[in-house]
Amino acid sequence: MDLSEQTLEKIEKTIAKFPKKRSAMLPILHLIQEEKGYLDPEAEEWVAAKLEVTPIQVREVVTFYPMYRQKPIGKVHVKVCRTLSCALVGAYKVCEKLEEELKCKRGETSADGKYTIEFVECIADCGKGPVVQVDDKMYELIKPEKAGELAEEIKRMAEAGPEAVATAQPGTPGFKG
Amino acid sequence: MIQKLPVQERRIVYKHVDEEGYTNDIECYLKNGGYEVMKKAYQAQPEDLRQEVLNSGLKGRGGAGFPTGMKWKFVDHKSGKPIYLICNADESEPGTFKDRQLIYQDPHQLIEGMMISAFANNCAQAFIYIRGEFINGARILENAIEEARAKNFLGDDVLGSGYSCEITVCRGAGAYICGEETGLIESLEGKRGYPRVKPPYFPAVLGLYQCPTIVNNVETLCQVKHVIDMGGDEFAKIGVKGDSGTHIWGVSGHVQRPGYYEIEAGACTFGDLLHDFCGGPLPGRQFKALIPGGSSTKVLKWGEKFKVKHPNDGQEYEWGVEDIPLDAISIGLCGTFLGTGGSIVMDDSTDMLEALANLNAFYGHESCGQCTPCREGSLWLEKLSGRMTSGKARPEDVPLLKDIADQVAGRTICAHGEAVAWPVQSAVPKFQDEYLDKISKQASGQRYNPAGYPLI
Ligand SMILES: Cc1cc2nc3c(=O)[nH]c(=O)nc-3n(C[C@H](O)[C@H](O)[C@H](O)COP(=O)(O)O)c2cc1C
Ligand code: FES
Repeated sequence: MDLSEQTLEKIEKTIAKFPKKRSAMLPILHLIQEEKGYLDPEAEEWVAAKLEVTPIQVREVVTFYPMYRQKPIGKVHVKVCRTLSCALVGAYKVCEKLEEELKCKRGETSADGKYTIEFVECIADCGKGPVVQVDDKMYELIKPEKAGELAEEIKRMAEAGPEAVATAQPGTPGFKG
Repeated sequence: MIQKLPVQERRIVYKHVDEEGYTNDIECYLKNGGYEVMKKAYQAQPEDLRQEVLNSGLKGRGGAGFPTGMKWKFVDHKSGKPIYLICNADESEPGTFKDRQLIYQDPHQLIEGMMISAFANNCAQAFIYIRGEFINGARILENAIEEARAKNFLGDDVLGSGYSCEITVCRGAGAYICGEETGLIESLEGKRGYPRVKPPYFPAVLGLYQCPTIVNNVETLCQVKHVIDMGGDEFAKIGVKGDSGTHIWGVSGHVQRPGYYEIEAGACTFGDLLHDFCGGPLPGRQFKALIPGGSSTKVLKWGEKFKVKHPNDGQEYEWGVEDIPLDAISIGLCGTFLGTGGSIVMDDSTDMLEALANLNAFYGHESCGQCTPCREGSLWLEKLSGRMTSGKARPEDVPLLKDIADQVAGRTICAHGEAVAWPVQSAVPKFQDEYLDKISKQASGQRYNPAGYPLI
């Protein structure tokens, strides 16, 4: 599997931080997913060899945790919190509005490959609900009336290059993600 | 006109949260007296520090409220194996958003608290297990750790004491069950987050890599810094007998000013919190229900009366929801828990059956699947309440909900079983009249409580 120098270096550093190699499993899977977009059998085998475990021991982790994916997703990943605190202030309506605007159903990727919308469970920002996490950025107080505005911003993100979608900077609204 | 609040916040761990000009870098922390408590602590003997924490009466802030000093006392120091400290930064109990502010806004307070706790318990290494969704939170912590290392507040021979300790950050990947301490430990070992059977796997004896391990919540570890700063006996004077210190109340849902408020234990009531701090109900609305301390704690209903005899003063009281003092003892007397202090407020626009279905969907999604009663029970509850809210409810479904829940609690490896059962067990007797009324009107095809947002 070809991984960038940067990712490989991060992986080595991560492994060195734990008393046992296998403990680096979750962080390494995140690193690979961040570069590749998803975790395929090749990635599982690569991680297994790296951490000296069997491929099935990697797969059982990949399939247990909701954040790992075995299939690619859209360019912009939209996660709408659906749990009670957010639902009480309109999260379900927000999700419907985003689905409409982005022409993409929850749990699916839009036909043009630009968006994936997901319903997720509480992301620990309940006092500012409804909250929507877009890639690594957090959007708070997204009342149903404001969902259209957010959809426009998401569309801009999909148009822009990957740089524009990358890390949120301190001081920007999204930094809490 | 500025209205004077009858009760003020008492900010200890939240002292700098949302403070104008306060930043999360080490320079700002040092300017505000950061790491001074740690320097003092490293002059003391570890067992004396542990005694201070025991004297303080500090209880864990992760939900279960176990006394921290006691937890530390159980640690096996004789095995000869390394001892590990884990900070539980999974913050995944619905309605809870208090650790987030500490991690994002004041990461060095957490590191200082952890380095004091690690030194006090002779820990060989410390970990922060942070939920996967806190992507920037993990970056902030990593960065803060490097800053602290550069100043020798962690790493080798910390502050010339001869004691060495690293802090390693590990990001989870979206599983609620990894907040349960033994599920967390399995996850940190690179496995599925399946909670372990206790006994024998009590973390204090057989934790991470089968070594003695302490798992403490983010806020608990931040509080430790202040315990050592004030001294255990002084800290114990804050709050009430049996519940010392402050609690962070994170209020969400149907109030005018949702948010977080750090309040001395027992200093005010739910009524004060919801009206004075949170501005009361939304215009034209009335409060109907309150989940006091995270979604797993038992729901309270406006209009209920709690007749209690308080152990602290021997007096008898009759409280409504708004009269309950905000301390673990008083809340416990009313049949529920302080939990994480994440209070979810529902007003009269809420369809209570949909609210229950919403939580059942959460627990159905989050059961790890190890224990049959929890795996099957949580899914049955999710499906049953999902069907009931889609216009196909039968009156006999109402007792059936409780029947299923009754068979989950107490029959599982970890407390997720109780987390599944308690919302249902508490809500069904209190709101069954509303459920039955909704069922009798479902044929109309209209939403039962059209003023509220859909919850499922
Ligand atoms: C299903 C479940 C989820 C939990 N989630 C969390 C969590 O997200 N954060 C946390 O600190 N404790 C959580 N706990 C409690 C932990 O098991 C443990 O009691 C706590 O981390 C101990 O720290 P403390 O003594 O400082 O409170 C959870 C428990 C259960 C049963
Ligand atoms: S319920 Fe949405 S962030 Fe907690």
